[in-house]
Amino acid sequence: MGAFTNSRALASARHITGPLPTSARTEPAWIRTTLIVITFAFLGVFILWPLLTVFHEGFSKGFGFYIETFKDPITIKSIELTLLTAAIAVPLNTVFGLAAAWALTRFKFKGRQLLIALIDLPLWVSPVIGGLIYILLFGRQGTLGPWLIDHDIQIVFALPGIVLATTFVTFPFVARSLIPLMEAQGHAEEEAALTLGANGWQVFFRITLPKVKWGLLYGIILCNARAMGEFGAVSVVSGHIRGKTNTMPLHIEILYNEYQFAAAFAVASLLSLLALITLFLKTYSESRTAQQLREAQELTTLSH
Amino acid sequence: MYPLLQKFSRLALASLLAVLSISTVSAKEITLLNVSYDPTRELYGEYNKAFAKYWKAKTGDTVNVEQSHGGSGKQARAVIDGLPADVVTLALAYDIDAIAVHELLPKDWQQKLPDQSTPYTSTIVLLVRKGNPKGIKDWDDLVKPGVAVITPNPKTSGGARWNYLAAWAFANKKFGGNEEKNKEFIKALFKNVPVLDTGARGATTTFVQHGLGDVFISWENEAFLAQKEFPGKFEIVTPSLSILAEPPVAVVEKNASKKGVTDVAHEYLKYLYSAEGQDIAGKNFYRPRDQKVAAKYTNFKKLDLVTINDPLFGGWQKAQKKHFADKGLFDQLYVPSNN
Repeated sequence: MGAFTNSRALASARHITGPLPTSARTEPAWIRTTLIVITFAFLGVFILWPLLTVFHEGFSKGFGFYIETFKDPITIKSIELTLLTAAIAVPLNTVFGLAAAWALTRFKFKGRQLLIALIDLPLWVSPVIGGLIYILLFGRQGTLGPWLIDHDIQIVFALPGIVLATTFVTFPFVARSLIPLMEAQGHAEEEAALTLGANGWQVFFRITLPKVKWGLLYGIILCNARAMGEFGAVSVVSGHIRGKTNTMPLHIEILYNEYQFAAAFAVASLLSLLALITLFLKTYSESRTAQQLREAQELTTLSH
Repeated sequence: MYPLLQKFSRLALASLLAVLSISTVSAKEITLLNVSYDPTRELYGEYNKAFAKYWKAKTGDTVNVEQSHGGSGKQARAVIDGLPADVVTLALAYDIDAIAVHELLPKDWQQKLPDQSTPYTSTIVLLVRKGNPKGIKDWDDLVKPGVAVITPNPKTSGGARWNYLAAWAFANKKFGGNEEKNKEFIKALFKNVPVLDTGARGATTTFVQHGLGDVFISWENEAFLAQKEFPGKFEIVTPSLSILAEPPVAVVEKNASKKGVTDVAHEYLKYLYSAEGQDIAGKNFYRPRDQKVAAKYTNFKKLDLVTINDPLFGGWQKAQKKHFADKGLFDQLYVPSNN
């Protein structure tokens, strides 16, 4: 989110003034160098080093052992479960995010601010609460528990609970990426299309969606990264049945606690690898989003 | 021609059904879920394979036992909340009583199997770093200033409750039954605890891998396992007095009967008492109940053991209420330390 606002500010700053001339950089060279060195040192110590350690530990027993880890059926199952969970939660949140961003930027209505605040809620509450609410709703002692038991439906401590908890914590990402973009873009083009006789779906698929596609992708990527990495909320509703309800992050903890360090770090390295790919895609889609924003602002400036 | 074809296809269908029904009768696939406490991972990892083999030879059925591990109290809570356990193998009777309160299994569950449904026992010992740099010999040494003690949280961990009660029993003997002195002792002990993990295995990790603390109050089996995994790095100190830790087992009747696995679930627990089951317990550093099997394992030291049914505690219900309930003694005595 923060990155997004930054890039937006950056985009508008560039548009208005262009790159700063050299004379405007008033700080002496040594301050600049020091700050840059500190930043790199900090990133190195707190991010790059631990990340490299993960891979180093993962390969500590050799490449053969590393491969062997991923042949273990329980490990395979945890990877499958993680991918399946993301494959359900991410599309759900994409549809929701699009719908919410559309509604919140196209219509002015009472309670709009409240709705925007509500979308953010999962970012502010602890993931543990995100898990516990589903235990309270769907657990045996919960509000709907007795009815679910009578009908043989298992929600918590099974896949549906894991998907629900994941959906809850990854709820805001798509909507949050789209709202500022759609707000900046305005809806002049949609209105033009409507006056030319396009129907609602045509406007959506031919105008709105192409306009926001990079922002949407950016949101989906963030959402997916969090969905695959979520630990707290999933831990509460998982029940920790090995080979069944343990996602990758939970499985890593189990391996670690069972003195299987190399295996734990091997799985951790796979998760990190997924994160790195995500980061790469994110950076790319972020720059494209910034471009879309820039174009939107240029358009606005022109029309004024 | 036509009726003949019809007759033929009907026959084919019937024989197909017959074959299908025979095959389902002759080779059933049964899944059991064993919800257990933290340190039994290795024990049940080995036992489940042995039981599957035994059951296959006996009945021809394939039984696949799924495992879930965590702090004992937390696991009981999950079963109460709907984790569909067929059997529970927890750290102490109180946690299974808590499940019985919600009518998932009969109140007299502890009478269903020999030895109060406890097929193996353990005790609480002190694990220190190589060379015992702080000179820990007994419980008194844990209250000395500058000694960092690792133990999990008695609120969520069964092992931690045994730890606490063992320390209480020691204090009670030392101070001749002076309850106020006992409280001071416990308070001083927990003042030396820098972090409370939720389960025994998490606490082991804190001590063994993260290198935190000078002494770890531990299940005997966890201490032996840590020694095995890290040879030469740790020493076990057997205190002068400890507690007989009895981790019981029970079938969660309501879940098992709904799933139609009641019989297998009972046999699964019964087999823990067999020579093979007892041997696996011994191999994984639990004290076997069977004296013949126990004689094979000479690594268990003899020491003075109090039991939970000692008048000092009066059984789990009383002990839980007095020490670990909300606003009980533990809540009054535990002040998180600043270090």
